[in-house]
Amino acid sequence: MSNLSLKYVVDNQDFTRAGEASSDVKKKLKMMGVPPEAVRKVAIAMYEGEINMVIHANGGEITVDITPTQIIMILKDNGPGIADIEQAMQAGWSTASENIRALGFGAGMGLPNMKKYSDEMDIDTVLGVGTTVTMKVNICVSHKI
Amino acid sequence: MTVNELIEKNGLKALSLPDGEREISGVYNCDLMSVVMSKGFSGAAWVTIMANINAVAVAALTDMACIVLADGAAQDELMIEKSKAQDINVLMSDKPIFETSLEIYRSMTDA
Repeated sequence: MSNLSLKYVVDNQDFTRAGEASSDVKKKLKMMGVPPEAVRKVAIAMYEGEINMVIHANGGEITVDITPTQIIMILKDNGPGIADIEQAMQAGWSTASENIRALGFGAGMGLPNMKKYSDEMDIDTVLGVGTTVTMKVNICVSHKI
Repeated sequence: MTVNELIEKNGLKALSLPDGEREISGVYNCDLMSVVMSKGFSGAAWVTIMANINAVAVAALTDMACIVLADGAAQDELMIEKSKAQDINVLMSDKPIFETSLEIYRSMTDA
């Protein structure tokens, strides 16, 4: 199988569309025959990232590269950046507003979930410039697509 | 038990029913989206008070059978619209989360 690259624009504060990119990637991976466990990991990690971009970062752009062995998600935003990554990674720590919490988000589980469900995660952030999160999910070698 | 059978047995109201023949595999409860994303499961009847559009996205991503809005949770037009587009069944119950869930569980085990 040749590599496939997908691009999505995540709108600022548009909760009505949040999750559409993850949903589309999930559908495509399923159609391509990617093992369900890898699809699930990608869906969870990417949805959390997408929601983070809507809540905290004025939206941004997501690129998903699908290779025979790995799914690579690159989430790039032009938001405020993360001042203290270690603190942001702590379960339960969040800067989300009351409005966001009322929707069932902002419990400080987004980044920890992203790390948990990806096989590799890297955060590149600059205050006032933006954040790029790269997440990789391995496709089990015995199930190569 | 299918979603159609659940509606008939438990007297739930269908707000959106794009896939009534979907089989229910179990009952799930939670109102925190990040937890639902990681613990929600395929075929679940998810009983919640989160009547918003994001609940539909989460149910679709976790491949649930239906969302059951408990406690007469306020209906949200956008949510219903989105659920039809995403093939997610949305039902409503006037009873609290626990009673609603217990009744679904009983209907499943009695079947």
